[in-house]
Amino acid sequence: MSLLEIENLTLSIGGIGILDRVSLHVDAGEIVAVTGESGSGKSMTALAVMGLLPERASATGRIALDGRDLLTTPEPAMCALRGREIGMVFQEPMTALNPVQTIGAQVMETILVHDAMPRAEARARAREVLTRVGLPPERFPLTRYPHELSGGQRQRVVIAMAIALRPKLLIADEPTTALDVTTQAQILDLLKGLVDEFGMGLLMITHDLAVVAGMADRIVVMRHGAVVETGETRRLLADMRHPYTRMLFEASRHQVDLPAAPAPAPLLEVQDVVRDYRLPRTRLFAPVEHARAVNHISFTLNRGERLGLVGESGCGKSTLTRAILGLDEVQGGSIRLDGEPVFTGHRPNLAVRRKMQVVFQDPFGSFNPRHRVDRLITEPFHLLGDPPRGAARDAAIAEALTAVGLTPGDARKYIHEFSGGQRQRIAIARALIIRPELILFDEAVSALDVSVRAQILDLLAELCRAYELTYLFISHDLSVVRSVTDRVLVMQAGEIVEQGPTEQVFTDPQHPYTRKLIAAAPVLPELGLGVA
Amino acid sequence: MLRYSLKRLLSLLVSLAVASLVIFFVVEVAPGDPASFMLGVNAQPDTLAALRAELGLDLPKWQRYLAWVGGMLTGDFGTSYTYRTPVAQMIADRLWVSLPLALYALTLSTLIAFPAGIYAAARRGKPGDMAVMGATQLGVALPNFWFAMMMVLVFAINLRWFSAGGFAGWQDGLLPGLKSLTLPAISLALPQAAILARVMRSALLDILGEDFMRTARAKGLTRRQALWRHGVRNALIPVLTIIGLQFSFLLAGAIIIEQVFYLPGLGRLVFRAISSRDLIVVESVVMLLVFAVIVVNFAVDLAYAAVDPRLRTRT
Repeated sequence: MSLLEIENLTLSIGGIGILDRVSLHVDAGEIVAVTGESGSGKSMTALAVMGLLPERASATGRIALDGRDLLTTPEPAMCALRGREIGMVFQEPMTALNPVQTIGAQVMETILVHDAMPRAEARARAREVLTRVGLPPERFPLTRYPHELSGGQRQRVVIAMAIALRPKLLIADEPTTALDVTTQAQILDLLKGLVDEFGMGLLMITHDLAVVAGMADRIVVMRHGAVVETGETRRLLADMRHPYTRMLFEASRHQVDLPAAPAPAPLLEVQDVVRDYRLPRTRLFAPVEHARAVNHISFTLNRGERLGLVGESGCGKSTLTRAILGLDEVQGGSIRLDGEPVFTGHRPNLAVRRKMQVVFQDPFGSFNPRHRVDRLITEPFHLLGDPPRGAARDAAIAEALTAVGLTPGDARKYIHEFSGGQRQRIAIARALIIRPELILFDEAVSALDVSVRAQILDLLAELCRAYELTYLFISHDLSVVRSVTDRVLVMQAGEIVEQGPTEQVFTDPQHPYTRKLIAAAPVLPELGLGVA
Repeated sequence: MLRYSLKRLLSLLVSLAVASLVIFFVVEVAPGDPASFMLGVNAQPDTLAALRAELGLDLPKWQRYLAWVGGMLTGDFGTSYTYRTPVAQMIADRLWVSLPLALYALTLSTLIAFPAGIYAAARRGKPGDMAVMGATQLGVALPNFWFAMMMVLVFAINLRWFSAGGFAGWQDGLLPGLKSLTLPAISLALPQAAILARVMRSALLDILGEDFMRTARAKGLTRRQALWRHGVRNALIPVLTIIGLQFSFLLAGAIIIEQVFYLPGLGRLVFRAISSRDLIVVESVVMLLVFAVIVVNFAVDLAYAAVDPRLRTRT
């Protein structure tokens, strides 16, 4: 008998089918990864095991933990199981902790709510588990509040809460998706170590196939609420039976075919740029102090070149992006596009700004929901002195939409009628419509599923051929940057520590930080794809 | 925490100074000369001048401002133009009615609103929630003087549990005074409670959708435990803001209720002072109210920091 057995789990919410006869099992000491794209039902499967489904959900089938059917277990008994027998770790460490309680109180709560031991012992246990997850009380006292910790440290607290009572089963729902690659590697190591040490079963949900390949003993691939393929990791990677599985893996390692870059001729010149932020005063009349987010950065982006910018959160990527766009004034150095400064005096130079456009990460938050697509994508027209009107405007809209793979008929629709991938196409159309000299992609594919991401990256390559695009591609995802750029900059703590041709930097990194980044990034193994 | 409090305190003092300037000059600019009002339209110019000199109205404005502020700092609020009694004494008498009334009403309002709002949020969309929402809708819509008149009809005239108006005073102890403030306090509290309950409900519903509530459930807390241990404290920030605003309103905004119940409160004092151009009383009462509002806001700011550790800046 397995630790967790899910048999024919079928779930609907308000009459809409979510899961369809899902079956899987997890043994003690085993790591099982459930993978699939958004909407595949991975998270709902996890919530069904926890008994934390939305109110209108109705589930049939069987979920057995140690032989006990959880679906028929009444709520009070489920409360006794959660936290004690099953622990859960969530995706978003920034919001998974109560901001007004100390980390000690929150870890102790798992113990105290189950009356597992008296308060003093619970405190000792909280210290012990926090130490085990890498937060020793000498450096991270129990009285710390979540806002005093980084994302990775918070995720460690969440894990400490989940394992405080040594549950038999740990469920981790995208536990590292919100984290940087080096932090991700540490958290994955921690989870693996805990499974070995406590003999827990780990049910891990993730969309990241490289993580799956490196972690899991067995893989369960889901699509549209059903399991399409399952098997031992090595066997499954070597011999994928289902076309969807194969498609997922191929999309994850997708390489685009970029046209060759033209001969170098400088377009964007960043010279010795410094960007300081004012810190809040520590005392009333203390001198104002500054934090340096961008520290004497210089680089050149040539016309027709695709340049990547990688680095972990907080390294200054976004600050640099804002400075290039002329959204913030810099405190030193100069940024020139085509020889013209992006900032003249204390005002952004509009003549330069109309030559640049940006595509942001979030395909859901970056559009005004009340405007139709034609109005959304023609927004950059207000930068032009004499924007196209009437038939010329319609033609420009039709061309931009066609260029990104949509149809001119989409112009009259609202943004909510489109999927995430289509929205990102619309964002690219909005950037393209005034034929900018330079486009900045700020984590533009990070929120997309792998199959959609592959399509968008192909679209970029096509656009490069059709329009000779010049872009700066900012991302934390090394594999994507490797695929769509000619040259790459590696940024750490406000400085560029390494730059060079993309392939060269990835195959022969010179700076220790670049080496650390590349080593931490999980990679898909080179096997199995030819077996079909 | 200490630095946060000191910063708040400094901003309190600056607000008070600015407020005193604004109040003094706005009231001074308003048309109407207290002296000619007191003597009537047929007054002789020399009597008028004499009275103006006696009241200090012939001094330059800035001198009168400094005298006014300096007086207030030493507890001397000046002498009422119309009653010829010290303003400080008049205000103190009225405060003994208005302050307990406001506190009483605020306590009632909180005692009603918290359980109602939490109950409704916990039963979102169910009959219990709809009943609370319906009741609070009515409470927000109906004016407090309507409640006041109904209270008088039911509890004073029919049941004869309370007197229909007037204030018994505190000289016979706490109970008779509280008793005569009960009906006014309830009338004031009901609409406030309705607003506060709605704020509590919606703040709590926002919190219930947060990730950390799901984390709490995953630890094994019941729905109710999660609501009380993790929900309520996080929902308090917007609720505290409203409580602060309500206290300021209750202190000064009770004019109508004071009229209905014939209570000698601040509202009636300032109302009469305005109609008789008793500027010094108006200025002093307004200044006092501003002082109360600012002090309450200060207290609310400190309460925020007590509730939310992120506000206790530790840079």
